Amino acid sequence: MPEALLLLQAAADTSHAYGEFPLIGARAAVWIAAEVHLMFAAFVLGVPMFAVVTEAIGIFGGDERYDRLSKEFTRLLLVAYSATAIWGTILVFFLATLYPKFFAYLLAVFAPSTWVYAGLFFVESFTLYLYYYGWDRWKKGRAKVGHWTLGILLNVWGTIVMFIANSWLTYMMTPPRDITPSTDPTTIKLWHAIANATWMPINVHRLIANVVFGGAIVGAYASYRFLAARTEDERAHYDWMGYVGNFIAMSALIVLPFAGYWLGREIYQYDQSMGITMMGGFMSWLWVIQAFLIAVLFLTGNYYLWIGMGRIPGAERFRPYTKWLLVILVLGAIVWGTPHTMIADSKELAAMGGSHHPFLGALGVMSAKNTAVNLMILTTFLSFLLYRRANTRPVVPWARTGTLIQGAMFAIAAGIVLFYGIRGYFVEAIVRIGFSVYQVLAVLACILCVTVIDLLMARGAQSLGAIRWGKMPPRSQYALFILAVTFTWLMGLMGFARSGIRQYWHVWQVMQDTSAYAATPALGYAAKMISLCVLIFLSLVAFVFWLGGLAEKSTFVAAAPGVSPGTRGAQHVGH
Amino acid sequence: MNLRRYADHPFWQAVGIVVAAYAVIVYVVPLLPGSALVPKSVVLQYMATVLVGVLIYVSDNEERWASFREPIHAALVEPRLRLVRAGLLVAVPALVGLVAYGQVRTTVAAPPNLRSIHPAPPAEITFRGKSITLTGLDNPLRQHPESTPAYTAEGKRIYYQNCLPCHGDHLDGQGHYAAGFNPIPANFQDNGTIAQLTESFVFWRVAKGGPGLPREGTPWNSAMPRWEDFLTEREIWSVILFLYDQTGWTPRTWERSQGGAR
Repeated sequence: MPEALLLLQAAADTSHAYGEFPLIGARAAVWIAAEVHLMFAAFVLGVPMFAVVTEAIGIFGGDERYDRLSKEFTRLLLVAYSATAIWGTILVFFLATLYPKFFAYLLAVFAPSTWVYAGLFFVESFTLYLYYYGWDRWKKGRAKVGHWTLGILLNVWGTIVMFIANSWLTYMMTPPRDITPSTDPTTIKLWHAIANATWMPINVHRLIANVVFGGAIVGAYASYRFLAARTEDERAHYDWMGYVGNFIAMSALIVLPFAGYWLGREIYQYDQSMGITMMGGFMSWLWVIQAFLIAVLFLTGNYYLWIGMGRIPGAERFRPYTKWLLVILVLGAIVWGTPHTMIADSKELAAMGGSHHPFLGALGVMSAKNTAVNLMILTTFLSFLLYRRANTRPVVPWARTGTLIQGAMFAIAAGIVLFYGIRGYFVEAIVRIGFSVYQVLAVLACILCVTVIDLLMARGAQSLGAIRWGKMPPRSQYALFILAVTFTWLMGLMGFARSGIRQYWHVWQVMQDTSAYAATPALGYAAKMISLCVLIFLSLVAFVFWLGGLAEKSTFVAAAPGVSPGTRGAQHVGH
Repeated sequence: MNLRRYADHPFWQAVGIVVAAYAVIVYVVPLLPGSALVPKSVVLQYMATVLVGVLIYVSDNEERWASFREPIHAALVEPRLRLVRAGLLVAVPALVGLVAYGQVRTTVAAPPNLRSIHPAPPAEITFRGKSITLTGLDNPLRQHPESTPAYTAEGKRIYYQNCLPCHGDHLDGQGHYAAGFNPIPANFQDNGTIAQLTESFVFWRVAKGGPGLPREGTPWNSAMPRWEDFLTEREIWSVILFLYDQTGWTPRTWERSQGGAR
């Protein structure tokens, strides 16, 4: 009887299974260590992806600015790597001392993978050192391509390291079905434990999310440097850097929901009860917060682009349209954030006839939400397109036809999204779920085809003037800050939803949490803990940014004797 | 003429949009056919979104941003607007005070309930000592289409004998005793209750009632009895047949994978 075994497990845990941590307790200690470690890990995985792509653009596109950008970021990575390792070590020590029995169980299953993990971390660090310190030595020709290969290797090692860590946490959520409380952990085959139901969906979801996060952090760094800039050149450089960071973050964000959808689907497939707890049960409020925060991301990302149009000659002709794009985004945000079960007092509940609103309740279901988010994605893509085109006039003879075809593609994609959104109300759930795939495919196909036409149309296009980089009001830079903070917050919140659905299990239905902290934390407490982690992480990141500026400044002082450091209007090197 | 100038000015446009949005959400939506008042929590959420949208609109280009700030700047510094300034200095703190008072004032109403209404079902339950796997389970009475009308009639009789006082004659949660419960009994006509659920989920809820709700998400507010103490397995399945037949909803079906039912 599994119940009897679990009771025995709980009885055996009365001593030596758990440690205690002063003041905040064992769970909060592990929570902070794990969360901040994960955020730094996302930083050191996301930023190299960014660096290697921008270096490639520098090499193959011949634009040296990208190369400098890449190097600037690799410098930040050196410090961030140490921070990741420090927080990782804290986490391991906390787990070993506060959750010794559970940690021993995980090690019994995964020991060989931890050795590979440690080895790869070593290799990864040294690849990073070579990558950064060899930057100026391997600068030209074949050596430069070799240097770029180092960047790719850095990403490969980092990705494998992440995949290994993902296997541990996904095993905790979705252990293979044949593993029961009575299974001796030492008899579990390593690959069997690694390749569990949610391992690959989490790998893909985190990989894309890291690109988004890397871009957002780059944007935040650029905005910090922009606001602190003292010269026009410097401002221009960091304005451009902020744009590139935002572009990469928003582009990757567009595909992120699809990866998340796959993960959610796998969780439902593995265990319906876990899926319902996550999306319909007590974790469902986090999805309303998530909807709100993602709406903030879309609105802020678009806002940044629209302000940016102010520095592009020729953008005036698109300005009248932006307010209509804003209307779609705001309506989309309203629909997306409408809860199905509403917070209401007894009078309101009685007036509504339950916790579902008889009219607005229709906006609280998946049909409405999928439609809203797909239209928001299409709108954001249109903003990018207008921004890209602002200072050019196509000269190819088929330019007008091309634009008409693009317009038709937008209309068709929006039509398909709306059609399936409305039709979803009239079919049963099982059919409705399938509709979201058609909506997504219509949007992706539109993005792909319109981009291809746009690239062909831009060939030899007449320029209406260069972008006036640096001519941005400070509020645009705060938009970049908001993006980075919101991404970080979302990581913490949704990570809690994913992890919290295990409830009182260390390993779902295999190893029970019998500690004093077994109860799933209330949402308010969780939100405070996550916000604290975000604050710790961002404070440390601010320190890393400051260090980045410090190193640069010292180079400047050495290069220009006679000018007192910190003089207003002083020239920074490198840009 | 003057009105036209106001209509074209970003500041007054912003004020107009916020006021119009509030009026639509609070006064127009409840007037729509079949609608009801919008809960305060949702009004707040909608207004926050509209406000963010309006702020984006007024500040996404330099000229508009500059003219949006003009009246604010003028009200704060221009001598000719001394009276307006004084009025604002009284009105704004008074408004904040009023909102704060509204938040902390004691009322007789129960505080708003943050209730999750989709408790996660277990994969398996024990019904009067018999183990029943809920995952992938359909209503067994549907396997005999020829007997469905008889089972539905039986379900109707059982419903009227046992469920009517709370769930009502129209199956809308408005039975005679409904007003005594907070939250009110489930409304089966609503597209958010049985229309979203598999029959095995409904079986679990009827059989185990309030006491059988899962540990997470507690405390639950449910006065639903454990009907397994009063009804047989077949009787519960017949009531479920009746619920779907009477409301016209079709139960949620299971996704069939290659490996069998999930």
